[in-house]
Amino acid sequence: MPQVTLTVNGTKHTVEVEARTLLVETLREQLRLTGTHVGCDTSQCGACVVHMGGDSVKSCTILSVQCDGSEITTIEGLAAADGTLHPMQEAFREYHALQCGFCTPGMVMSAIDLVNKHPDGMSEKEIREGLEGNLCRCTGYHNIVKAIAAAQDVMHGRVPELVRAAAE
Amino acid sequence: MYDFAYHKPASVADAVKILAADPDARPISGGMTLLPALKLRLNKPTSVVDLSGIAELHGVKREGDKLVIGALTRHGDVASSAEVKAAIPTLAAMAGTIGDTQVRNRGTMGGSVANNDPSADYPAALLALGATIQTDKRKLAAEDFFTGMFTTALEVGELVTAIHIPIPTKAGYAKMRNPASRYSMAGVFVAQTASGVRVAVNGAGANGVFREKAMEAALSANWSPDAVAGVKVDPGLLNGDIHGSAEYRAHLVTVMAKRAVIDAG
Repeated sequence: MPQVTLTVNGTKHTVEVEARTLLVETLREQLRLTGTHVGCDTSQCGACVVHMGGDSVKSCTILSVQCDGSEITTIEGLAAADGTLHPMQEAFREYHALQCGFCTPGMVMSAIDLVNKHPDGMSEKEIREGLEGNLCRCTGYHNIVKAIAAAQDVMHGRVPELVRAAAE
Repeated sequence: MYDFAYHKPASVADAVKILAADPDARPISGGMTLLPALKLRLNKPTSVVDLSGIAELHGVKREGDKLVIGALTRHGDVASSAEVKAAIPTLAAMAGTIGDTQVRNRGTMGGSVANNDPSADYPAALLALGATIQTDKRKLAAEDFFTGMFTTALEVGELVTAIHIPIPTKAGYAKMRNPASRYSMAGVFVAQTASGVRVAVNGAGANGVFREKAMEAALSANWSPDAVAGVKVDPGLLNGDIHGSAEYRAHLVTVMAKRAVIDAG
């Protein structure tokens, strides 16, 4: 069986896989990183989004063998060792940007890539367009967009800390 | 998905050798079309030949009055390429509308061109711009390359290696997306090229991407949205399905052509 070496959240793993094994299967079933979800399994919903070499990708539509030698970041790799959340995670919590939570890992991973690729910041419209590859079946988009708008200011250093959600 | 053998050659010559030895081997670049097909067991290759390790197939270069885009250049890289934005801004903008961010981070121009999905964006651009598709053994004009729905002139085991695109004087593109799938229901690419005005239509043709000669004649005489407003496409040449009848698509082609001319300026 092919052997692949992946650096996942900073730790190097060498695993045996079948050629047909998907990256998400290796992450969930071999490395037991079950934060990455499988929603549609047809590269539409985005629940399985992880970062590969700094780009967001749908891990249900990549073979593990295609990732040999890559750096992968999953939702488990975002928070600091002491449990301090990534600003995007913190913003999702603050703005209640989740309902059932199933799409959340993929949403957070896509959102971070989106913010990283837009150093000048995004409008609400650009955030909504940028989330085209992530579906929320609870239709909780409104707060997801608010959370990303708030998180981008923290990630780009425009505000010292997350602007709190107004009591509504 | 059925299992298969996996190869990752480092050169085009090695890739072609593996493909030539086994007619049931399939090349993979981004995998955005092939992997979903494999999951559905629509395709059962004995081996998959990963082209991503072939350095010479990546990247965009400007060579005089044309752009040369390596087959493995990802949609996201075309969309953000300074060379493409400067030379053919509408091509960069088009690349930024393919699929979603994650698809654009994997899918490649060569893969899209070789697949020739009737709703794909690039085939219309390449046909309208008079591009040449370079393979490991020959060069083909876009109109000789795109032969029908999901069909190209590629022989078994032949690989697209690069796309040569002459830089037009002006070019524009507009498409009407299916609201659910976001695929083009009708898209029109217009260009003023060294060989005259060219217009190509995707999403609508019963036999895949095609040139719309009546619109080319109208725009040659008068480059304006009004010039194409009166040009109707024969619905008999178009595809009808649950998303839209051939008559509806014929109407869309005219509207998209007007918008494409406005986009070109």
